[in-house]
Amino acid sequence: MKIFNYRLVIFTLSIIFGIVFSIPSIMQTDSGKKISLGLDLQGGLHMLLGVNTQEAVTSKIKTIATTVKYFSDDEELLIDALSINGESVTFTVLDADEIPKMDEMLKQIKGLDISKDELNYTLRLTTEDIAKTKDLAVAQAVETIRNRLDQFGLSEPTVVRQGATDIVVELPGIKTVEDEKAARELISKPANLELMAVDEDRADQVYTMTASGAAQYGDIILESTDDANVKYLVKEIPILNGSQVIDAQVAFDQSNQPIINFTLNSTGARIFGEFTGKSVGKRLAVVLDGKVYSAPNIRERIGGGSGQISGGFTVVEAGNVAIALRSGALPASVNLLEKRSVGPSLGADSIKASMIALISGFLLVFVFMVIYYRRAGVIANIALVTNIFIIIAVMAMFGATLTLPGMAGIVLTVGMAVDANVIISERIRELLREGMSIPKAIEDGYSNAMRAILDANVTTLLVAVILYAYGTGPIKGFAVTISIGILASMLTAILGTHGIYEALLSKIMKDKDTKKWFGVK
Amino acid sequence: MEMFKTDTIYDFMSKRLPFLGLSGLLVIASIVLLLTKGVNFGIDFAGGTIVQVKYEQPAPIDKIRETLKQTKYTNSSITEFGSPEEVVIRVTGTSNDLANDIGDEMHKILASTGNFEVRRVDMVGPKVGGELREKGLMALTLSLIVILAYVSFRFEWRFAVASILALIHDITIALGAISLFSIEVNLDILAAILTLLGYSLNDTIIVFDRIREGVQTLKESVLESVVNESVSKTLSRTTLTSLTTFFVVVTLFLFGGEIIHGFAFTMLVGIIVGTYSSIFVAASFLVQLKFSISDFRAKEAEKLKRQKEKEKMRAMYEQGTV
Repeated sequence: MKIFNYRLVIFTLSIIFGIVFSIPSIMQTDSGKKISLGLDLQGGLHMLLGVNTQEAVTSKIKTIATTVKYFSDDEELLIDALSINGESVTFTVLDADEIPKMDEMLKQIKGLDISKDELNYTLRLTTEDIAKTKDLAVAQAVETIRNRLDQFGLSEPTVVRQGATDIVVELPGIKTVEDEKAARELISKPANLELMAVDEDRADQVYTMTASGAAQYGDIILESTDDANVKYLVKEIPILNGSQVIDAQVAFDQSNQPIINFTLNSTGARIFGEFTGKSVGKRLAVVLDGKVYSAPNIRERIGGGSGQISGGFTVVEAGNVAIALRSGALPASVNLLEKRSVGPSLGADSIKASMIALISGFLLVFVFMVIYYRRAGVIANIALVTNIFIIIAVMAMFGATLTLPGMAGIVLTVGMAVDANVIISERIRELLREGMSIPKAIEDGYSNAMRAILDANVTTLLVAVILYAYGTGPIKGFAVTISIGILASMLTAILGTHGIYEALLSKIMKDKDTKKWFGVK
Repeated sequence: MEMFKTDTIYDFMSKRLPFLGLSGLLVIASIVLLLTKGVNFGIDFAGGTIVQVKYEQPAPIDKIRETLKQTKYTNSSITEFGSPEEVVIRVTGTSNDLANDIGDEMHKILASTGNFEVRRVDMVGPKVGGELREKGLMALTLSLIVILAYVSFRFEWRFAVASILALIHDITIALGAISLFSIEVNLDILAAILTLLGYSLNDTIIVFDRIREGVQTLKESVLESVVNESVSKTLSRTTLTSLTTFFVVVTLFLFGGEIIHGFAFTMLVGIIVGTYSSIFVAASFLVQLKFSISDFRAKEAEKLKRQKEKEKMRAMYEQGTV
């Protein structure tokens, strides 16, 4: 009757859309939006990391203690018994006249809960500040990990926060086990640099002292990085920490051993200069992640704010430590909660296997439909191919990721998309058998089938939405392909085939051969 | 080509009790299996680590086992995976040490067993495993509720209950098969079960749609006859669609590779059970629930009447007579 009907026009447009937008993905062109392959198909590393946020709170408490110490030294306030007890800092002001000055200073530290008992101070963080610190720690960890991975030179690392304390890290570029391990080591390095004063008054007792004994003097015992038997007694409250480091580079010393030169910011440089000026003849421990790397004697005041870490690095290690120092310390350590790593060869195998399944499944359905329904089967197959193109095109447009379950979703949609055409064709056959005219049988066939197809598709779509909402990673991919497939099948299998019939109607009428067209007399 | 004789109306409903009996037997057997043998939860839900290793030669499974016995991984299970060169080592424990995980340790431990490539290391910590389990159960429950609501809205509550019963029937038997064949239950199996849910529902709705249509248009007022006619009329569609989907899933099962095996198996069982249930079981439930055609028609008529009255009232109101 009419070759140009609105259904056929829409269908033709969707064919064009499907082909144009799926070309970049199918041909793997350099430009244009493409479907990206999931880690399970292209290989790579997926990790879920948990941040130990409590550590950030502890370290903030430590910073507060450092500040109190630095301030009272600077202003020559006399304080005593400065110590950290769990989540609080306590100290005593010796001269009551200095209390206003101390209060003035403490006021400048935000989020502090100060309680005073005459001369004794107890400093705590407020509840809000603890929450804020934890939140910030995760945000900062995300930033730090991203920086480190960027500097490590991996392609397209993804680092995103998930929930209150977790971080998702995805590294598609990882190709070897060694690379993967190196990346994990880099991420996990706390890179917490501390410069600490060695307690020279009691240094000779270090091998006999217990941890609690050391705590009495405000000291802690740390091991050397080279030899766990070599111990140092250092002041618990560090002079400086890594937050004041602005640059770190690998260099080599006289004996050609790799060392790390670091540069401090101006505040750090001033504190460092003052401390070294006061402590000539004493030792300064360079502590990285709780291990003493070296403890050189201070021979003179060190101005300029630079220092070095030496102590048995390999060149690669030194490089990684330098990256970690530059990108900042992790505010708290991270734990591995979930890890999925897929070697690239396995991914390639999976692609091959699912392509074989997809193509052979496709062919079977194709041949079957033509044998069973004749030309109606051919029309259904046209719709089916268009359906696949549209799925690929839509996924490419949204930059969706194709995972292995996603592939299964496509394979499944192939089976289900045929269903709509089977229902319609069965209805048409039924009406033809009742002796209805061909145009009327087609019209009524579509409208009779419509309600069932709609109800069935809506329920499946609802389940897919729930899958998407509650699924993780690959399952989400599965839900996405199924949803797109169902929606596309409405366009191709219902609207599209209807349009084709309309366009061909005059031809079918002339033929009057229902056997040839619908496979039934 | 045609598959079934077109004019024949098969009398399914007179044999519904034997079919319901068979279904009941299968469901009970599945429940017994699930309670006694249980399901083999994979690491996604139970937590743990799996390491997939491919050797350059056939994997020396005994040697690997011997080597692992001397370490703390003595309880790990080693199974061939897809080909003789490839093995999967399952470790019940997890390690949260980012810099040195179980994959790294395995690499060191197995160094003496030959040349190999570690192809996959999956680790799910206990916290994540618990969360995934919770979410999976949530997805399943929510899906059932949504289906119940939608079918009640589009059909009638007995249709909804009958379709949910049919779904529970399908899923229980699929789970029974999973238990019987010791398929490892991971997220992909959950996806398969949820797909089955949608798929089997699809089938059931097509049949129910015909029954709804029959109730509205046929002169027949005996439910059994309407059901028989509807199921017979949809028979070739049900079988055809199941067949095409079946083709696809069979190819997935045969050629899809080891990783997709569990998924394809579950789908395979599900499609068979789902097809059976939408032909023989779902409508039988509807009959057992004593869906009454005359009540339904009366209600429809009542609805129509009320609507007409409303319109009449509105018309009167607009004319200002009330």
